[in-house]
This record gives sequence, structure tokens and C-alpha cells, in this order.
Amino acid sequence: MEWRDEGIILGTRKHGETSAVLEVMTRAHGRHLGLVRGGRSRKQQPVLQAGNRVELTWRARLDEHMGTFQAEPIELNAARLIDSAIAVYALQTLAAHLRLLPERDPHAALYETLAILIDHLNEAEAVGELVVRFELLVLEELGFGLDLSECAATGTVEELTYVSPKSGRAVSRSAGEPWRDKLFALPPFLQRGARQGADLKAIEDAFRLSSFFFARHVYEPRGIDVPDARGGLLMALRKFYAAQAISHGDTAA
Amino acid sequence: MSKRIAGPEIERLIQLLAKVPGLGPRSARRAALHLIKKKEQLLAPLAAAMGEAVDKVRVCSTCGNVDTSDPCMICTDPRRDPTTIIVVEDVSDLWALERAGAMNARFHVLGGTLSPLDGIGPDQLTIKQLVTRIAEGGVSEVILAVNATVEGQTTAHYLTDQLSGFDIKVTRLAHGVPVGGELDYLDEGTLSAALKSRTVF
Repeated sequence: MEWRDEGIILGTRKHGETSAVLEVMTRAHGRHLGLVRGGRSRKQQPVLQAGNRVELTWRARLDEHMGTFQAEPIELNAARLIDSAIAVYALQTLAAHLRLLPERDPHAALYETLAILIDHLNEAEAVGELVVRFELLVLEELGFGLDLSECAATGTVEELTYVSPKSGRAVSRSAGEPWRDKLFALPPFLQRGARQGADLKAIEDAFRLSSFFFARHVYEPRGIDVPDARGGLLMALRKFYAAQAISHGDTAA
Repeated sequence: MSKRIAGPEIERLIQLLAKVPGLGPRSARRAALHLIKKKEQLLAPLAAAMGEAVDKVRVCSTCGNVDTSDPCMICTDPRRDPTTIIVVEDVSDLWALERAGAMNARFHVLGGTLSPLDGIGPDQLTIKQLVTRIAEGGVSEVILAVNATVEGQTTAHYLTDQLSGFDIKVTRLAHGVPVGGELDYLDEGTLSAALKSRTVF
């Protein structure tokens, strides 16, 4: 068995003294693991870092074997990202979400989104919004997508400001008003036709929203915990926005 | 089934030696034969040294280093600067920095890095012990000497968050061109990191 594909590295695990088990998200073969012989060498280690885009050749005698990878670098993103706390936490969060998918199950849309996201992980003001959109896409690919296109109660597409925790569907301002305490706020950047960027409150609302549905549909049934990196990402984003607010205050003064 | 060429004691010695890093079954066989040939000069002292190590080696409850005393020699050395702690992933990193002899500071061994793929979270590392050490006071700088890998740097960022409440300086090792490194052979990531952290010459 042999195939060639492009992939983004999600993580590596030491194997023996010289090899590594590589976990990649590929375009056509989904999340895939394979052994890289000599993967712990000085030459290979910089290539086999999470976030790097590589050209992969996978070989195995039988399809069900783990097989071996040969990885050639296409884009070495890791060195660009490791200085930023937001970028590394986001990268680990994305990888943790992708680990929820079954192995070798192709998700081309997630791969493309992941590639775009990694290109923008250095832009701190965009990361929160991008990660939330990615989380909603992962939920959708797992079969638990939210429907934020129209009001669950009235069918209107205007003024969608809430999300029902029960159905995962959007609710308009007027229909949701009596139950506002029980509904999630739909952050403005996730509303239909939204053009404005996300502020910290909108990001926190969005994280709360996706957390709830991840916990209900994925973490609780599988008995797993929320990835630590996600908490770290939120904390790093709070620090970033706080620093930004101080610098804006200084400029205004 | 292959024929046995030696008694079970020798076979067991070979099997155990083959588990040592750097040795495979073939080299373990050679090493075992060499030890047996030099029974009095090498095998007996080695066995005695190993027995003594088994009895005496322990992990330092302060820094996580391995030594025959607890606290270890590094932690009890009065000539070391107690205000600086170098945080390393593993004891091998501590030994590497000690070989370099560049700083006369104290250490803290984390016992690995945060690695979701290996199921290693903050509770599996000695992060709480480090925070307790800092909270006890007397430390002014923590140097994060973790590997320049994504896992290593995630751990470094996590540690920085954990230590943000203390009035201490948190620094990390520089990333860039190694001594003897030729630019032509370096990966793009290292080159861009080196350019980003360039210094006035």
C-alpha cells in the first residue's frame, strides 16, 4: 500500500531511540498516524513540528497497518508560531479538536480551514474568531452542527441574537426575549452577514457557546476532559485584549 | 526455534543489556561477552556499582534531579546562586547545561513537556513544585531552558502564565544559529528565528 498526500503535522511522539510516530491531518486521508524512521534526527526534528505543512508518502504492507511516513517540508510554520502564546495554545487546541475525529476519515473542509488558520495564527486579534469558527466546523463534521441561519421559533433571518441550548439553533431577539436568561448569546461576528471583527466579550460568548455543545455532544459522552490548551488560549487572549486596551488608553491620553 | 548458546543467566544479562539506549541485541551480546571476559576487572565492580546505585539513587524532592542524596548536591551547594532557577525538561538537559558550565544557578527538572498526544498534562509534570519553590521566596529569575519544539514552547508559555503572579523575571533561551552551523544547511524556521532575535554587533 502506498499513497502521497499533503498534510499538516498535529503532533509527534518519540518511538524508540531514533524514530517518531507522526500524527498529521491530511487533505484526502484525514487524521493519520505513521512511523517516521530517523524522525528524531537533527535533520528531521525541525520538519516534524506541529503546524508544519509537509508532503507525505505513506507505505505499509496492509492498509490496516500503521505504516511508515516519509515527510518532505513544504512550509515550516512552527518556528514562526512558537514565540506567541496565543499561537501555540491555538495550535494545540486545533490539534486536540482534530483528535476527536476518527482516524483516516477524510475531512477536506477541515483540512483547508486548518491550513488557512495556521497562516493567520500570528494575528492575535483574528485568532479567537478563527478558532471558534473552526470549533463550529468540527462540531458540524462530527454531526452536531449548530444552525445559525434562521430563528428556530419564527423562521426569520433578521436580528438573530440568541442560540437555544436545547436545539442548537439561532433564536431572534423578539422570540428569545422571554427566555433570555436560559439562552446563549449569539456573538455578533457569528451573526448572518456580520462584517465587524470580534471583541473579547464576543469571543468569550462564542467560546462559552461552543464549549457547551462540545461538552454535551462530545466530551461528556466520551468521558474526556476539555483540552488544557483551550483554557490557556482564552487566558492568553484575555491578556492580549487587556494589553491592547491599555495601549489604546495610552494613545487616547 | 533458535538454539541457545549460553546459560539462562548469560541470556538474561544479554536481554537486559539490549534494553539500554544505544545497544541492540547484537551489541548487547558483544558487551556481555566483554564483561564476562573481564569478570574481575569490570563485571564485578559494575555489578557492585549498580547495586549501590539501586540502593542510594533517589529523586531530589526539591528540584527533581537524580542523586544519591535528597536534597541533591546542586540544591545544597552554597556556592550556587539561589536567586536563579533554570527550568529543564529532563535530567539529561540538566547534565548538558552543567557540562557547559555557563551558569552557577540552581535547577528545576520538569520531567517532560506538555504533550496531549502522550497524555501528559500539567499534573504529570513538576509544575506545582516549581510554583511552590518560587512562592517560598528568594528567587528573582527563572530561566526556561526547554527545547525549541512546539511542545517545549507550549510548556514554556504555560509556565510563564503560572509564574505571572510573582515578582520575578522569566527568561528563555535564545533560538538561532548553532556554533559551527552553516546557514546553507539550516532550516528556514531556525533562520527566521535567528534573524528575528538578531543583536547589535
